[in-house]
Amino acid sequence: MAEVTSRPVGKLALDPALVGRARELARRVGRPVVELARGHTTVSVERAVLRLAGVSGADPDGIPWVNRLVDAVVADVGLGHGVAVPVFDALAREQLTDVTLLAQQAAAGSVRFSVPAGRAATAARRAARRAVAVGVRRIDRRRAERERLVRRYGDPARRPWIYLIVATGDIYEDIPQAQAAARAGADVIAVIRSTGQSLLDYVPEGATREGFAGTYATQENFRLMRAALDESSRELGRYVRLTNYASGLCMPEMATLAGLERLDMMLNDSMYGILFRDINPVRTFVDQRFSRQVHARAGIIINTGEDNYLTTADAVDEAHTVTVSQLLNEYFAHEAGLADWQLGLGHAFEINPDVPESLRLELAHALLARELFPEAPLKWMPPTKHMTGDVFRGNLLDGFFNLVGTMTGQGILLVGMMTEAVVTPWLSDRDIALQNVRYVLGAAGGLHEDFVPAPGGFIQRRANRVLADAVGLLERIGEQSLLTAIAEGTFGIMRRPADRGKGLDGVARHEVGYYNPATEILEHSA
Amino acid sequence: MSERTERSEGREGMPSQHSMTEKTIVRPYGDTTGDGMVQVSFTLPVPHDRRAEGAAVQLANKMGIDPALLVHAKPMGEGFTFFVVYGRVNHLVDLSAVRVVERGYPLLSAREVNAVVKRQLRRKLSVVGACIGTDAHTVGIDAILNVKGVAGEKGLEYYRELKVTNLGAQVSVPELVEAARVERADAVLVSQVVTQRDAHLHNTREMSAAFREAMPVGRRPLLVVGGPRFDESQIAELGVDRIFGRGTTPGEVASYLVHALVTNKRARVA
Repeated sequence: MAEVTSRPVGKLALDPALVGRARELARRVGRPVVELARGHTTVSVERAVLRLAGVSGADPDGIPWVNRLVDAVVADVGLGHGVAVPVFDALAREQLTDVTLLAQQAAAGSVRFSVPAGRAATAARRAARRAVAVGVRRIDRRRAERERLVRRYGDPARRPWIYLIVATGDIYEDIPQAQAAARAGADVIAVIRSTGQSLLDYVPEGATREGFAGTYATQENFRLMRAALDESSRELGRYVRLTNYASGLCMPEMATLAGLERLDMMLNDSMYGILFRDINPVRTFVDQRFSRQVHARAGIIINTGEDNYLTTADAVDEAHTVTVSQLLNEYFAHEAGLADWQLGLGHAFEINPDVPESLRLELAHALLARELFPEAPLKWMPPTKHMTGDVFRGNLLDGFFNLVGTMTGQGILLVGMMTEAVVTPWLSDRDIALQNVRYVLGAAGGLHEDFVPAPGGFIQRRANRVLADAVGLLERIGEQSLLTAIAEGTFGIMRRPADRGKGLDGVARHEVGYYNPATEILEHSA
Repeated sequence: MSERTERSEGREGMPSQHSMTEKTIVRPYGDTTGDGMVQVSFTLPVPHDRRAEGAAVQLANKMGIDPALLVHAKPMGEGFTFFVVYGRVNHLVDLSAVRVVERGYPLLSAREVNAVVKRQLRRKLSVVGACIGTDAHTVGIDAILNVKGVAGEKGLEYYRELKVTNLGAQVSVPELVEAARVERADAVLVSQVVTQRDAHLHNTREMSAAFREAMPVGRRPLLVVGGPRFDESQIAELGVDRIFGRGTTPGEVASYLVHALVTNKRARVA
């Protein structure tokens, strides 16, 4: 990606050879993980395949039919062959046309699954591929629909896009709040999920009205909110984007549902679940790859979670771990078919404000991300760790955060609340926060043009140092392997061995003849 | 800036010394002793007009702010107005009548917890957590234990000097006892969300009885149970050392563990 020259380039005078080396190391570190992902499947990947094939709804206890069907197949033939062939083989034998009906019969115990051979296997593959292709085509239509609506209503007039969070627990309460936020200037609405949803091994069904500190992500909730924001887009004359979370144990299904319901962005980090939710590393990497392939196809912008490193570790000492994670996220994203415009790589304004020159350090780190990933719509996240409840100081800090965001040309700006860590944002908190953003973007929206750090000065030196540290860390990881590094606690302070963590029992190595029609279609689309 | 600081310091000097010795009745301080000045902000669900401003002053008056000076009113969204009011309250505060609710242990930061464990225990403090019985709701135990934490506070995994083993959901009592033994648990944290037919109480009693049976008094880990429907005073009845209710944060749990297991250990044994 970098030109082959040793002349320092850009606003930070980065050494192009070092930048190239950083990418090469990320590739070397990431490749074995991709190979691992290519040789395994998970229950959630298989459930996502069934969702694309048209299985929908849930049993009277609220357990989705995709879960019941995958469980039934696993009980008979295991997971390693994939569920597509056993399911479509059984469908033909039972002379059914509706896969959901088959799931219901399987749950009642009246269907046996087997791994067919010969002509039956070929027929099952073909039928599975045909059914899954219908789901993929629906995602394609949603993407075309988004492109049409963006052409009709337009994108926000300026960058960064303003990203606001809504979280009441009740989708019918979220909707008017989201519409009010859009009217007040939000370009992107994120609906935070209920606490603990990431650790549920199924996707709840239907419209939901009760959640803890967030609203359950369900297909119906996605649909309701997207329809409401389409109304807002029409009213406001700009396309308002919707965000949710493709993370946790059901990441591939979340990505699929997001594609089916035309969500526009999804939180989707390669290592977040491992480090912060103690989800098994293999499960995460397998689920990650599939979900990114779906996002690539659906035209969804992913948001990565590098901000989390800085809330657990020191934002100055560990700045290079953000860069390393961004490089790995970029590698995994490209490998899965995502384009640069879909990479909302994350970072955050989390340096302790009492540290001398903290603002200059923030500028150095933010500009480093901008210079390393010039085509990516970087996601810039506000201070949380050093918000103390002093709302007056918090508002000032958010102002500086907004200023750094505009000076370094960030793509997506998550609006900071001065009541962070005090209350869930009140109507007035959100209004004050948006006023802060509007003031800074209005007063200094073009400042990134003029902001060129002095050659050899503090900011250039700091950015180059962080890049060098990142390369050093990537070299150390490359000497062992990414899984070992994760097991030994290289990222954050958590040790996450590959044979531990949640969801491991839902992972299987591919058997000979494993077939996944969704992967086949998605990998041959690019 | 400096001029203003000096001015207010100059004014403050005398009365603050005075109050240290005898004053127990105080009033809010704006820029003069005894002025009673406060500043509040709030939103009313009415569109911004003269009536809305009158309504804001009325609310301020009812709050005891009189005279109330409406310094800022701004329409927000549809049908809402945000106000900032400065004014004088007539209320007096009697310092001698202030009752402080005792937590029973000091609230420590993660850094302080780590420092105390490192210095005084001189090894990692081992914590084993689980949801027992049929309860599959790991929301509570994960909020307390996972690094991600809750409400902006990191979970116990984040504490360098705590060794956390989270067994997850639907753990049987014998499995929990065995894990506590293997991990040499200093404390066992159990979360119970499901309360049908008092399952949370039965499960907790079964758990504490099992630990009593399996381990002698001095070797038994500290037993801590949490969940939204527990009565925090039922410690003796349930046979546990501590009960945490709704809204408990990881920091409170960590501070309690340090208090009960390190800084105040003798008190517990006695």
